[in-house]
Amino acid sequence: MTLAIQSAGLSKRFGRQVAVDAVDLAVPRGSVYGFLGPNGSGKTTTIRMLLGLITPSAGGHQLLCEPMPDRAAAVLPRVGALVEGPAFHPYLSGRDNLRRLDAADRTAHARTAEARISTALERVGLSAAAAKRYRNYSLGMKQRLAIAAALLVPRELLILDEPTNGLDPQGTREVRSLVAELAAEGATVLLSTHLLAEVEQVCTHVGVMHRGKLVAQEPLAQLRSSAAPRARVLTDQPEAAARALTALGLTEVTRTAAEASGGLGSIAPEKVVAGLVQEGVPVRGFAVVAPSLEEKFVSLTGEGFDVSG
Amino acid sequence: MSPVEAAPVKRVSGRFLRSELRLIAVRRRNQVGLAALAAVPFVLAIAIKVAAPDRDNRGGGPDFFAQITGNGFFVALAALGAELTLFLPIAIAMLAGDAVAGEANQGTLRYLLAVPVGRTRLLAVKYAGILFGAFLAPLVVAVSGLVIGLILFGGGDVTLLSGTSVSFGEGLLRLLVICLYLGVCLAAAGAVGLFLSTLTEQPMGATIALTMLTVASAVLGQVQQLDWLHPYLLTRHWQDFGELLRDPVSFGALGPGLLSAGAYILIFLTAAWARFAGKDVTA
Repeated sequence: MTLAIQSAGLSKRFGRQVAVDAVDLAVPRGSVYGFLGPNGSGKTTTIRMLLGLITPSAGGHQLLCEPMPDRAAAVLPRVGALVEGPAFHPYLSGRDNLRRLDAADRTAHARTAEARISTALERVGLSAAAAKRYRNYSLGMKQRLAIAAALLVPRELLILDEPTNGLDPQGTREVRSLVAELAAEGATVLLSTHLLAEVEQVCTHVGVMHRGKLVAQEPLAQLRSSAAPRARVLTDQPEAAARALTALGLTEVTRTAAEASGGLGSIAPEKVVAGLVQEGVPVRGFAVVAPSLEEKFVSLTGEGFDVSG
Repeated sequence: MSPVEAAPVKRVSGRFLRSELRLIAVRRRNQVGLAALAAVPFVLAIAIKVAAPDRDNRGGGPDFFAQITGNGFFVALAALGAELTLFLPIAIAMLAGDAVAGEANQGTLRYLLAVPVGRTRLLAVKYAGILFGAFLAPLVVAVSGLVIGLILFGGGDVTLLSGTSVSFGEGLLRLLVICLYLGVCLAAAGAVGLFLSTLTEQPMGATIALTMLTVASAVLGQVQQLDWLHPYLLTRHWQDFGELLRDPVSFGALGPGLLSAGAYILIFLTAAWARFAGKDVTA
């Protein structure tokens, strides 16, 4: 499996504060990698290092199998980026701003510039506002223009920092489907976000940042399956219930005053109910509960995520 | 391993430079600034037309005010001399202060670097934009001065500082060389400004710093007790442009000015590069 982004021990310290602490990113080619973490967890600082905007205090990384920042001139034209929100010249129109960025790219063809700019604007739904000054754009339009800038030429890797920030629900849906579209065309996408729902909807892989550290990194499906379902029994004899559950082969059996529960593993829930009845345990209620991804992340980071949106 | 993709082909192209010049040209603030530079000769000429000329020599420069009523040509020279003390340095300070700090302040710097634009290339293009302004500004003042001067006072042969007369055509040629010399002087100020602009994310801070530096340099140049310092001052040789109005032209007298400007440009461009090449861009 080749990696689109690979970092080893990537660290950044500002004075005495460690913003990013020995991050080993492994973003497989073709994946949509959700770079998830609460605000201030070091995601943007990591992205700045990935793009060569700031120098790591320790460690290093490769983009598209090229060492950075040594090969930045060769590799960055193949990388589209949105870093810490949109930023353009306020007194230029959206189209003129894209013209400027395209003119700065020595690998882009001047001949095809206008056509490419129009296509990029169309893709983000900004064609109608292309001639308006950036100053008069709404936050959502600014965000769309920044995404258009990342799409001026076909990219192998897109690094998108909070791309749905400031968008209305409709815009959010559009951007998420655009990300899926780009991935389907073969691009690798690193999508930084603080929204768990966004990761669940569009990502194939996930890396969780917490206080500058990468605390988890795996395919989303694997993370889901590791969130094992548990059987929960409501009863007035929790002790007997716990014994029965253990006898049935459930793992990590726990009990409280009014219930007992255990990890189901591959045991069918109906067999557990039958077993309990056989043992004469009075069952008042029975449920199979799977911890949500959110609970999983809370257990990883000890903090909640903003799951709205 | 997937097959190694060929690195994209880099082309030598003037697109980014043209984009930079366009960015400077379409900016309303720069247009207004240029209009203000062009307005000064008009104010000057009209004031002299309606009032008797002030015959006191002010500042260290040649006294062109006295000759204005005789020949409109001197409006251009008087305006250049007057604007050189403050207006022209402010114009360059606006442009140079904005160069890197302005992009950093707006956040556009991170997107340019991610394109990628190499940091050395970015400084080169930014300095080219400053040079454009440094040479354009004196020309605009001169042309504006010529226009209003000829309208109000008429033209004719130009009497030089050495007393001899040359044709109006040769006068124009000398005026052009004066503008080029002042362009070099302002380019030196611009190099200092570019360096200041790499130190901050506040463009106005860099602009004010450079303006204060040029004013301080002019003030220190008037203090006799500091004569040991005078040869090193940024503005020391700026008023030397009058040497181009002698017959024969003493190009040698411009040597120190050009040498000083060259040294300033070399030192401060190097400093700007040293500062910016490895700087963390966190804006």
